[in-house]
Amino acid sequence: MVHGEAWTLKEFFVYPNEYIYWTIQIVMYPFMTGLVAGAFVLSSLYHVFGVKQLKGIARFSLVFSFALLPVAMLPLMLHLQQPQRGIEVMMTPHFTSAIAAFGIVFSTYGMIVASELWFVYRKHFVETVQELKALQNRTVLQQLQLLLFSALTLGAMDISHEALEADERAVKKLAAAGIPVACFLHGYAGFIFGSVKANALWMTPLMPVIFICSAVVSGIALCMLTYIVTMEVRKLLARRKAQSYPELPTPQDLKSAETHVVTMTAKYLLMFMVAAITLELLDLIFRGYTAVKSWDILRSVIYERDFVNIFVIQYGLGNLLPFIMFLLPGLTIRRAVVGTALVLLGVFMMRWNVVIGGQAFSSSLSGFMHYHMPIWPDNLETYKEGLMGALTVAVVPFCIFWVLNKVMPVFKETH
Amino acid sequence: MISRRSFCKKSLLIAGGLAIPFAALELFDPKRLLAEKNDGKKTRWVFLVDTHKCVGCGFCVKACKTENEVPYDAHVSRTWVERYVVTKDGKTHIDSPLAARDGFETKKIDIGEGKFEDIKDADIDKAFFVPKLCNQCDNPPCVQVCPVGATYQTEDGVVLVDRKWCIGCGYCVMGCPYGVRFFHPVYHVAEKCNFCYHRISQGMKTACVDACPFGARQVGNLKDPDDPVTKIIMTERVNVLKEEYGTKPQVFYLGLTKEVR
Repeated sequence: MVHGEAWTLKEFFVYPNEYIYWTIQIVMYPFMTGLVAGAFVLSSLYHVFGVKQLKGIARFSLVFSFALLPVAMLPLMLHLQQPQRGIEVMMTPHFTSAIAAFGIVFSTYGMIVASELWFVYRKHFVETVQELKALQNRTVLQQLQLLLFSALTLGAMDISHEALEADERAVKKLAAAGIPVACFLHGYAGFIFGSVKANALWMTPLMPVIFICSAVVSGIALCMLTYIVTMEVRKLLARRKAQSYPELPTPQDLKSAETHVVTMTAKYLLMFMVAAITLELLDLIFRGYTAVKSWDILRSVIYERDFVNIFVIQYGLGNLLPFIMFLLPGLTIRRAVVGTALVLLGVFMMRWNVVIGGQAFSSSLSGFMHYHMPIWPDNLETYKEGLMGALTVAVVPFCIFWVLNKVMPVFKETH
Repeated sequence: MISRRSFCKKSLLIAGGLAIPFAALELFDPKRLLAEKNDGKKTRWVFLVDTHKCVGCGFCVKACKTENEVPYDAHVSRTWVERYVVTKDGKTHIDSPLAARDGFETKKIDIGEGKFEDIKDADIDKAFFVPKLCNQCDNPPCVQVCPVGATYQTEDGVVLVDRKWCIGCGYCVMGCPYGVRFFHPVYHVAEKCNFCYHRISQGMKTACVDACPFGARQVGNLKDPDDPVTKIIMTERVNVLKEEYGTKPQVFYLGLTKEVR
């Protein structure tokens, strides 16, 4: 069977070699990089622009952005027909290709986030090392911990007031440098699609900007959601441990902190949502108004075949409904959870409608293709390019976040 | 003992210093300058399709699949033939069942998913066949978008794929407006028509040209003024497919009409 045949249904005239070659993994790819970029922008709002209200979520989203980073690469690797050669994109990049920029942008961004994290957590690393060194009889685990944290300090053990202030200045500079790189990381994902002149739906210079705006929206939404979930867990733990450790924050303290952070973050979420929706609608209106050759088939895809996906799920459920939910006064945690989940759904559907919708019609402009997503895999290919592969990609960042949190606790006061 | 600060500074300086002379080599590549000055190439392979002569027998598709080892029953093909039926109500019906490997065995139009549309002879205004293959564009979008340079254009204009280098991302498949690219079912890398490069570079014709009983397909060298193909392209009214994409396609058609996609 030819690659793509397992999940493609053709209707009317489609060129013989045309199939849905870019499937759910290519939907996951911009979705995941969007989350990376968005999470970073959120943390930078505090570090660079000094938005004090976001302090509570800033460090959280920075670590989360780092956890998402390796996962942005995973859908690409799962999608490649020759994954063992994937490294060639970094080793022998062909710079007329938008994808070739991936290695450079991705590693630059990774280095910026890693070094920013180091400056943020250096105090924690040094303190942990000192604590462990002070212990008389160390267990094997503690010995290993000491080794790990000593390595992480990179030998910089100075945590005097001046040194920490220097750290903060470095964080600010790195975060400032990171914003354009994060936007570039995701804007270029938009460029990958926007520059395909063969595809009538993708080709628009607005694509990178649309991608960046919706990236920030999805990043903020996911950080809010994960933040709420972890705070709920902390509240639960606080209730359980309240008797034995009275010095820990009480559930009430946690709740008021949580509400405050969520309300503030929701404001920024709304701002970026307005920008994203405006651009998307501008693109749609412009296509209809100019009505070039491809508009006939695009119209039948947008208004007929993909109507439910685009207007009901993406714009209705994913944009309008959460928009109203966040605008209504007296935002509760429960409402924020539903709202952010819907926003994430909306952004995911936007990626879906771009990637899969862009292949819903043949480049002959005379036929249609349907993507029947493989649910239960019967071979490696249907696993990789089906629901299970996408779920794998979705779960991994949370696992990485859990591990990272052991080394870089997001809720510990450092400075 | 070198301090960390000065170590970082010096290594950056060395890296930067090394980068400059290497960049200079790239900037003043004499070969490239010469190539940009005058196009001294002797060969530019082009293709000529006379749609008036095509009867849709599909011999070309069969020959191509056999010659280029594209699995015979796989639903992909380096070349294919399209049937156009324009009816009196102004509609255009197009199909290419199995890429026309077995020709067109029925008058019914294949509309996909196993369904066929019956068209009465009396309703037909015009009907014709259009063979398709890679256009070996002068400005190939597939070469532009390949992230590792696994697909490239030869001196004589043919676009090839390096099967040992292709990572199988599918960007070139997406970038081609003509839909000529696909994944090879055996090698799992990008695959396309290459004008039977192994044949034309040895003085032979392509497999499809040799297989066509009606002379609807011809391959030639545009740089050679005495080549019969060149003569037709220069003197007759030829057209190309999807010129609006700026790809500068090099497969020329006689008898192309606006219905052809």
